[in-house]
Amino acid sequence: MNTPGSVSWEPTAAQAIIDELKSKPGALLPILHAIQNRFAYVPEEAVALIAPALKLSRAEVHGVISFYHHFRTHQPGRHVVEICRAEACQAQGSRALEAHAKSSLGVDYHGTTADRAITLEPVYCLGNCSCGASVRVGDEIYARMTPESFDELVDGLRTERLEVLS
Amino acid sequence: MSAAMATRIYIPSDTTAKALGADRVARVIEATAKEQGVELEIVRNGTRALYWLDPLIEVDTPEGRFGYGPVTVKDVDSLFAAEFWSGETAHPLAVGLVEEIPYLKRQQRLTFSRAGVTDPLSLSDYEAHDGYKGLRNALKLEAQGIVDAVKASGLRGRGGAAFPTGIKWQTVLDANSPEQQKQKYIVCNADEGDSGTFADRLVMECDPFMLIEGMTIAGLAVGATQGYIYLRSEYPLADKNLNAAIESAYANNLLGEDILGSGRHFDLEVRVGAGAYICGEETSLLESLEGKRGLVRAKPPLPAIVGLFGQPTVVNNVLSLAAVPFILDKGAQAYADCGMGRSRGTLPFQVAGNVKQGGLVELAFGPTLRELMFDFAGGTRNGRPLRAVQVGGPLGAYLPESQWDTPLDYEEFAKVGAVLGHGGVVMFDDTVDMGEQARFSMEFCVAESCGKCTPCRIGSTRGVEVIDRIHAGQNVDANLELLSDLCETMLDGSLCAMGGMTPFPVQSAVKHFGEDFVKHSTSEHLNSVLEEA
Ligand SMILES: Cc1cc2nc3c(=O)[nH]c(=O)nc-3n(C[C@H](O)[C@H](O)[C@H](O)COP(=O)(O)O)c2cc1C
Ligand code: SF4
Repeated sequence: MNTPGSVSWEPTAAQAIIDELKSKPGALLPILHAIQNRFAYVPEEAVALIAPALKLSRAEVHGVISFYHHFRTHQPGRHVVEICRAEACQAQGSRALEAHAKSSLGVDYHGTTADRAITLEPVYCLGNCSCGASVRVGDEIYARMTPESFDELVDGLRTERLEVLS
Repeated sequence: MSAAMATRIYIPSDTTAKALGADRVARVIEATAKEQGVELEIVRNGTRALYWLDPLIEVDTPEGRFGYGPVTVKDVDSLFAAEFWSGETAHPLAVGLVEEIPYLKRQQRLTFSRAGVTDPLSLSDYEAHDGYKGLRNALKLEAQGIVDAVKASGLRGRGGAAFPTGIKWQTVLDANSPEQQKQKYIVCNADEGDSGTFADRLVMECDPFMLIEGMTIAGLAVGATQGYIYLRSEYPLADKNLNAAIESAYANNLLGEDILGSGRHFDLEVRVGAGAYICGEETSLLESLEGKRGLVRAKPPLPAIVGLFGQPTVVNNVLSLAAVPFILDKGAQAYADCGMGRSRGTLPFQVAGNVKQGGLVELAFGPTLRELMFDFAGGTRNGRPLRAVQVGGPLGAYLPESQWDTPLDYEEFAKVGAVLGHGGVVMFDDTVDMGEQARFSMEFCVAESCGKCTPCRIGSTRGVEVIDRIHAGQNVDANLELLSDLCETMLDGSLCAMGGMTPFPVQSAVKHFGEDFVKHSTSEHLNSVLEEA
């Protein structure tokens, strides 16, 4: 659902998504999801196409995008790593985990590492609350995370990319 | 073994089992079986949600299902060496007959009777385990008859507010303008935002047809032909399973224009949220479904009268709707027979946080919190003393040991200033800093407030600042008083429970764990503060 691809902006593909969904009742969220699933974020160019299709102003579309934590308006890194900040994970050491993640990646929440491999995001609950601390990457959830297993995960994500390239 | 006698084994497939490596284990077992010429039929069940045993592998035998868990890839060789498929063996991971495990055996699994038993996406499996019996009965009843059954069951909404479901349905059934039949909607609240809860997720991942059946019955009961499941974006697997099950229901005339040849019509669609806790509040959810910012609406009018797109709408939690097939199949009385006082039926509790035996514990209302946390869950995971427990999500109070004997019942919890909410129980050991927890509650409100009312939007920001000053030991007395005033303002001046209940965890932390707020100061006021609170 939110695995960023490296898809570049294609207005015709975006328009096709919009045309397919615009007649649904309450179409804006389904459209924003479909656009973000395809392009990894909601580019300004997409807003310019969505607004007239739904007879909304661009400001209204922006208002909706900014209300929801899930939608992004900038290209993220190759992987979005979400750390659960909620109480059940706090009880299992997530405060230390998030501090470690920020310092080892050298970014704060919403930031992207210099090599553009990873964007770090907070998330409030992944429903894996008996086996925290929890982390999500794409559609995968990781259980009982510690600073050590977090480093392994990140190393894996970084080398995955290198393997594909080599 | 001959090819005709393949032994059936079950490997769980819900989000947590997968996060614990179930898919890798399944791949290795499959490859090893092939290599060794062992005939195994692998079924991916949901999960029993006995999470300390997951991935729990079950083997079908004439005596019942034998379990092995928690299985990792490293254990597969030894499991094969022990011929685990033959049933009970002396393997160290053997747990005996799964349904004899006390944690499971002592539960009353009404809603979760199929979880971990069946293949979630198999309609025939669902029907072989009582699935769609409730709908078949409902089709024989008048709308009022269905509503009456739900009323008689005593079911109260499982989303948090515990409002009687039958009464809500009656309002929607009766909401007809004389001149026209109105379009009505069934909306399932699958936003499950509370930390420590995952029962909705389990329904959707492990038994999705049950929710579809419950919503279809609700549609028949109130005269609604369109349903939406508003699902949080944090649940990708639930999204996948729900959509697969909906597709199969359509293909088998269980959804659509002519349900089971009755001429009755019900359509159903999943809509994905976008990471906003407030969209779990029902009017915010409706705004979001309409494609807008999730700003909370003032009530009245109730959504039952002016709901989605201005039409009469049932908004119910996943668990409320999931209880309905049982009620229509086994009868309202069978459901009402469980429970205590005005809390009828069962509540699926979810034991989470620092917990040894975490998972789902579906119980008739009545046992104490302590029984749940110790007799079932076995205390903390790391063995340290349990210190604080947050029940009912991020807006629920923290309970100290003196309150752990409170019975699990809506009214009993209300008496001690706490809530059961959606049944989430988050356990913290003695290393918890309750000042930090109170700060987080305020911080969460800052992040998730819809912004409509000042006490919630601004009050929570002030709350974070005040707690920081207390933590820093600045004017502790005065700042605690300020915090208390701030909480009162939020309680009184908020439109919804986001601002109105954020004070619950904060005030309970101050009241019961006051020492954590003053430990950074040299305060000699400690005692006076604690007494005052
Ligand atoms: C801030 C806030 C968050 C809520 N989150 C949820 C939620 O995630 N799921 C839910 O079912 N109800 C949630 N509720 C309660 C709903 O507003 C509503 O009472 C419920 O969906 C009604 O269904 P029920 O009667 O079946 O419980 C929330 C309420 C508030 C104030
Ligand atoms: S209390 Fe908070 S979340 Fe609720 S309506 Fe007011 S501002 Fe919005």
